[in-house]
Amino acid sequence: MKGFSARLLIPVISLAILLCAVFYLQPRTMSYLGLNLLFNLAVPIALATIAQMIIMSVNDLDLSIGTFVSFAACVTAAFMPETPLLAIAILLAAIAAYAVLGFVITLQSLPSIVVTLGMSFVWGGLAVLILPSPGGQAPDWLRSIMTVKPPLMPMAIVASIIIALVSHFIIMRTTFGVAIRGAGGNGRSLVRAGWSLLKIKAAAYALAAFFAILSGMALVGLTTAADANIALRYTLLSIAGVILGGGEFVGGRVSPIGAVVGALTLTLAASFLSFLHISPDWQIGAQGAILIVVLGLRLIFNFGKRKGSAS
Amino acid sequence: MSDHDTVVSVKDVRVQFGAVKALDGVDLEIFAGETIGLVGHNGAGKSTIVNVINGALPPHEGAVSYGAQDSTTKVAKDNGVRCVFQELSLFPNLTIVENARLMHSDLGGWNWRKTAARLMREMLDEIFPNNSIQTQSAVGELSIAERQMVEIAIKFLNVTQAPKLVILDEPTSSLDATLAEQLLAHVRRYVSEGGSVLFISHILGEILSTSSRIVVMKDGKIVSSKPASEFSVQSLVETMGSVVKKSERKSARSAVQGSEQTVLHIPSGKAGGLDFNATRGEIVGLAGLGGHGQTEMLLDLFNKHCSNWVPEKQQNVAFVAGDRSLNGTFPLWSILRNLTVSNVRALARFATIDAAREDIQADEWKKRIEIRTPDIDNPILSLSGGNQQKVLFARALSGEAEIVLMDDPMRGVDIGTKQEVYNILQSEAVSGRTFIWYSTEMDEVCLCNRVYVFRDGAIVAELSGDDVTEDNILAASFSGVAA
Repeated sequence: MKGFSARLLIPVISLAILLCAVFYLQPRTMSYLGLNLLFNLAVPIALATIAQMIIMSVNDLDLSIGTFVSFAACVTAAFMPETPLLAIAILLAAIAAYAVLGFVITLQSLPSIVVTLGMSFVWGGLAVLILPSPGGQAPDWLRSIMTVKPPLMPMAIVASIIIALVSHFIIMRTTFGVAIRGAGGNGRSLVRAGWSLLKIKAAAYALAAFFAILSGMALVGLTTAADANIALRYTLLSIAGVILGGGEFVGGRVSPIGAVVGALTLTLAASFLSFLHISPDWQIGAQGAILIVVLGLRLIFNFGKRKGSAS
Repeated sequence: MSDHDTVVSVKDVRVQFGAVKALDGVDLEIFAGETIGLVGHNGAGKSTIVNVINGALPPHEGAVSYGAQDSTTKVAKDNGVRCVFQELSLFPNLTIVENARLMHSDLGGWNWRKTAARLMREMLDEIFPNNSIQTQSAVGELSIAERQMVEIAIKFLNVTQAPKLVILDEPTSSLDATLAEQLLAHVRRYVSEGGSVLFISHILGEILSTSSRIVVMKDGKIVSSKPASEFSVQSLVETMGSVVKKSERKSARSAVQGSEQTVLHIPSGKAGGLDFNATRGEIVGLAGLGGHGQTEMLLDLFNKHCSNWVPEKQQNVAFVAGDRSLNGTFPLWSILRNLTVSNVRALARFATIDAAREDIQADEWKKRIEIRTPDIDNPILSLSGGNQQKVLFARALSGEAEIVLMDDPMRGVDIGTKQEVYNILQSEAVSGRTFIWYSTEMDEVCLCNRVYVFRDGAIVAELSGDDVTEDNILAASFSGVAA
């Protein structure tokens, strides 16, 4: 539990500092409506980050998350209102495709970066075929889920908490989650202990696809329409979110709660920069600077801890 | 259950890796209620027989059976064969409880965390009383000794099926004396209750005090299998050695003796260890069981003589890697490029490589060490393993380096090539080069002028001249008493 809480400490502190800064710059955000506006775009990002985190926990990396979320958003906006069965069938087929990807990547020990980079063009192309120009519409039920006004806390906060808890349960508590993280920690031992690495990694990819599809649907629920390029930046945002949240590229060390906090931090960083009146041209650079500061903090923290344990 | 129930029976098993016969017709039966001590030097086939028994390696010939069934990993597991590996097999990112869950598929159910925590707590306390390991901590946060304790406890765990045979491969290497004694006591208790243990250790005192029967292996064969009471430390060491052709050895050994000029010196880092010294023109062997600090010593020597940051003009140390594919060859390059890569500075003119000089040098070495290839521009992978190794030797020798460090480079090389390389080494030594040679093969070690024997990360013996014999090296590699 010690390592678990230390892993979460820095992402939570970074989020708190950013939040205080935003409240200071713009006190009106300190309200039900203000918080919802600050964070509602964080919901799809958080879901995409969880998807990326699942892939990263088996030591792989998915460079197609952004185009895949766009694809899922296009399918939702184009087919879900009129022909929901068709939409669901397409999305299920997409999950199956991810499972096959995980299977092939493991079977042939292919580099996941190359395979998913290739797949990103496939998903992008399919998205353009489905919605050649921005459009479609959100089904009413999805729209009402995303605009629901729960008491006490705004939807964005409630949704983030639910995402964090559900993914924490799946990844950190269930046997399946333990096996996924075991595959990242020591794949050889997993096989020696009698597990099938192929099945576990295929299932991990399928689960990641499921979360990515939820991300696309949440996005459509918020924006009411879709476009083939709607979520391209999610690929890098999701990787940054996982790392920011205390996850690591290899070794199966991930934290679902941290990943959600990381996604919230990244979303907030963008608002923070807008409140500072930094021109959009500089925002990406400034966002990168925030990332570097937080990761630098973690490096110093880990270094101090190692020194402490060595002495 | 009678005393003579067979747990595992291995019949005439043969395993071959390339030219190396890892197991050459092994028969072994393990009965319930006995501890078998397994000893042997490097390459004797200990690890291979372990892998055959635990089902990870199907034998190329012969049969393994557990009761009445044939061998596969699943069957080995189903029959209660558990193995504590020498390199730990835990998941560092998971907690102890989660590790136990992955290792035991029968540890299911709704509240498996609680069950696993309870079982692990009980097992840890049973084997290692008064330990302070928390079952909720991640394995990566534990010390090496604690990880070893956890691994052992997990393998002895009885969830729904009790282990019948536990294979312990050097289990005490990272435990201190108290913990080791606790483990051995547990082994005796477990065996007296009808379990069986296959126990591998380099500490012969442990083997003698714990085993009921001792099996000695050499060159992929079982050379002796007798009750432990019929062995002593002395006789075990003698059994591990072979009937040596001493005269042949001596003539093969280099006639050169090192001069008085010391070129390398490392004071002993550990208490009880000896200093390391090497003089000009000497071939110094590093012996002992694999993984007892020889490679670390070579890397240490290399790092002391090379800058990590800025390449120096004159490299006076060269390194010949043992694992060719991992850190030896550049697999996409030609033989020529592989040969000259460490010497490009000398071949360069105005910051570009002088192709003509490069060709001359490569041709010279090709002739000198007889690299068997029609064209030196062929890819390195077109060569056989032995010839690839020759290229790596040429790479080290073609430079100006006075000192050549060799990290068991002749592993898996055919005997003809070996002879050629031995000859090259000797002539180079005569001309004043110093070789530091870590080898896991006894014949090679016996070619050296002087030999340091390693155990548990320190030099425990220095042998020179006629004292460099298999018996002396074996006696030093295995310690009589627990550390």
